[in-house]
Amino acid sequence: MRFSPEPLHIPDGFLTPLLAALGWLFAVIIINIALRQTRRQLGERQVPLMGILAAFIFAAQAINFPVAAGTSGHLLGGALAAIIMGPWAAALIMTAVVSVQALIFQDGGLLALGWNILNMGVLTAFAGYISYQGLQKWIGRSTSARVVAAFAAAWLSMEVGAIAAAIELALSGTSPLVIALPAMASVHALIGVGEGLLTSGAVRLLQATRPDVLDAGERAPGKLPATFVAGGLFLAIVLAAFSPLASSSPDGLEYVAKLGGFLARAQEPAFAFLPDYTIPFITHPAVTTILAVTIGTLVVFSVAWIVGRGTARKEL
Amino acid sequence: MHHTVDIRSLYFTYGDGTQALRGVDLYIAPSEKVALVGPNGSGKSTLLLHLNGILEGDGEIKVCGKPVRADNLGEVRAAVGIVFQDPDDQLFSQSVYDDVAFGPIYMGCSPAEVDRRVEQALTSVGMQAARNRVSHHLSQGEKKRVAIATVLSMDPEILVLDEPSAGLDPRARRELINLLATLPQTMLVASHDMHLVAELTPRMIVIDQGRVVADGSTGELLAKKDLLEAHGLEAPCSELTLAT
Amino acid sequence: MELLEKNSKVCPVHINILDVYHARQSRIHRLDPRAKLLGSLMVILTTMLLPEGAWLPQGILFGLIVLLSFASRLGIFFTVRRSFIAIPFLLAALPLPFLTPGPPLWSLPGLGWVVTSTGLMRFLTILVRTWIAVQASIILSATTPASDLLWGLNAFRFPRLIVAIIGFMLRYLFILADEALRMLRARASRSPRLAGIKRPGLIWQSRVSGAMVGSLFLRSLERSERVHAAMLSRGYDGEMRRLYQPAFRTLDWLLLLGMILILCGIFSLSYWS
Repeated sequence: MRFSPEPLHIPDGFLTPLLAALGWLFAVIIINIALRQTRRQLGERQVPLMGILAAFIFAAQAINFPVAAGTSGHLLGGALAAIIMGPWAAALIMTAVVSVQALIFQDGGLLALGWNILNMGVLTAFAGYISYQGLQKWIGRSTSARVVAAFAAAWLSMEVGAIAAAIELALSGTSPLVIALPAMASVHALIGVGEGLLTSGAVRLLQATRPDVLDAGERAPGKLPATFVAGGLFLAIVLAAFSPLASSSPDGLEYVAKLGGFLARAQEPAFAFLPDYTIPFITHPAVTTILAVTIGTLVVFSVAWIVGRGTARKEL
Repeated sequence: MHHTVDIRSLYFTYGDGTQALRGVDLYIAPSEKVALVGPNGSGKSTLLLHLNGILEGDGEIKVCGKPVRADNLGEVRAAVGIVFQDPDDQLFSQSVYDDVAFGPIYMGCSPAEVDRRVEQALTSVGMQAARNRVSHHLSQGEKKRVAIATVLSMDPEILVLDEPSAGLDPRARRELINLLATLPQTMLVASHDMHLVAELTPRMIVIDQGRVVADGSTGELLAKKDLLEAHGLEAPCSELTLAT
Repeated sequence: MELLEKNSKVCPVHINILDVYHARQSRIHRLDPRAKLLGSLMVILTTMLLPEGAWLPQGILFGLIVLLSFASRLGIFFTVRRSFIAIPFLLAALPLPFLTPGPPLWSLPGLGWVVTSTGLMRFLTILVRTWIAVQASIILSATTPASDLLWGLNAFRFPRLIVAIIGFMLRYLFILADEALRMLRARASRSPRLAGIKRPGLIWQSRVSGAMVGSLFLRSLERSERVHAAMLSRGYDGEMRRLYQPAFRTLDWLLLLGMILILCGIFSLSYWS
């Protein structure tokens, strides 16, 4: 069995059937869009290329580098796949990888597979791609720029996936948001460094041997719709975090316990509903975590920008 | 005009500017068994990929009397069966049966017809027992034979093989040569294996730097040591030079 | 043939793909993969939908799994032994007993954290559900070869293209993993550990590993182009075609019906108590 250091494969039992079904719905919709987009992009190379690259990602996840005292870092691969092949192709590739991990290796549950695909396949790929492209606009296309951008993009992709997973766990009442979110975000901030190092290392090699492959990846179609889809999905998940269902205060968990009561109450006029429930925005512990992550992201990106700019000037 | 290969003035340049073929002319008559030999990079594989339209160069190519064009690729690919060098590239389905059935399925055969062709193809390569096996578990020699079966099931008129004996141990290689000798199709074999060439193909075409430099009887050409050496080849020697 | 060696200093990741499927002569093994997939999902759904604290029904469900494990000639404790992978993830649910409001049970000495009965109930429920779901999945993959399992997805109207993509992935997994293993071995062979000499740092190590990932990618890309050429040569036109889908046999229907009956029984038991 795989002793995966990334606790992103959510097992069955951790998500409510309702939430899991929702995840499947989103996953199926996005997979179908991805199939059509990649068909347009790749024609009949689609199936063998996506399949073999999925095998590549799976095999690449076995490549490790020693970190410290016997532990090693590994690759998840969503950001790398997106940088090389574009967001939609990457989503398909990662869907295949995550599905096989669940079906055959019990790495992640079957009901939870919908959300696992979204967290590890779609959100990582799209977040990685968008941030890679965005950074490139700032710091250019030189070797070091690409390497640095790949690092930052891969790091962020892990954070995005982890945050989404934490929120899904909270919405299911499995792990209170006040614990899950900081825990997942911080663990993956560390794991993300490994992801960033491996992804940027791979990009460095490609830039040296086959830069045309990286160029093709940048020209891959679907950036705008990908931004909308992934951005919308992630925003929805984050907003759900502020809903009563995910609140760490007793009110939130009571709502979860009394789901029937919740439905009955929802039929009353909205304004009578609100006064009982104080909007927890300012004092919500999730806010502090998200702020911390945002600051961390800004720091990483700023460093990337500075390093990229600095080395770019040297190369000129 | 069946079972023939007719190539005139074929030129081909790869996307990165490498000119792989510089005016190839060759004609293969029905039921001939011909070897295509040359050093690495001479254009052998590139030439083979033109025979079923995977690569499109400038010049005329006719197989079985039909010109190889975009609109009749389906027919061409049924008529010309290419067996590639690495059998793992050709065995891409979940089982041996699925792989051998792939061609007939895409030709539109009925399930009963597909079954018949698979059975026949596997029998002619001696692999009927492997029907339901996973190709991953086969030995290299078995994979090669199944790869040939995947092409035979399409009932091609012309069989093209790219380095068939590469990577085979002596026994598997012997089995392969015996098998190829029994197949009735017109055959074009690209190979470095000069012993195989000597045994199997009465006619030999030498290609170097994208051009045909010699074309004649295998026996005669193998005697021309200088010619062979000039083009990066060695004749199969009758005396061994032993290490001391 | 091992995918990557266990206990190898070369690669601390332990993957042994062949360990997953256990070939046996059993009725369960011979069942239609679609039926088995449906059956597993029914078990997983059941354990998820049973109310909190329904220990007896969950116990009966576990008994069903043990029965299936026995019927597959895998041994009664097979699924239990293999279910330990889910343990690390259970840590995520550990805070639940402390943070869920409800009547307190006892408090942790020294820290003063209080475990509530509702919290403990919820935690144990999650534990049981995950455990049973994992075991259902284990029986499925132990009695069904990977390619059959993939074929079983056809029962759920998965898009043919994604099923085909996964098929290619399964087919070339071993080959690419072999190449990865060879690279890891080559690296290990060139990584001596000499006394007194400082080992290269993290950045260098990750550069080397990253380069391995990059070259594995290029080889995969080239292989996919060769496979594509081979497919074209045999008439591939981008459409996935299938021969035919056999219908369920009596045994398959019996399994499904039997399972539905047992699961309904389990549900009604939970609503009585």
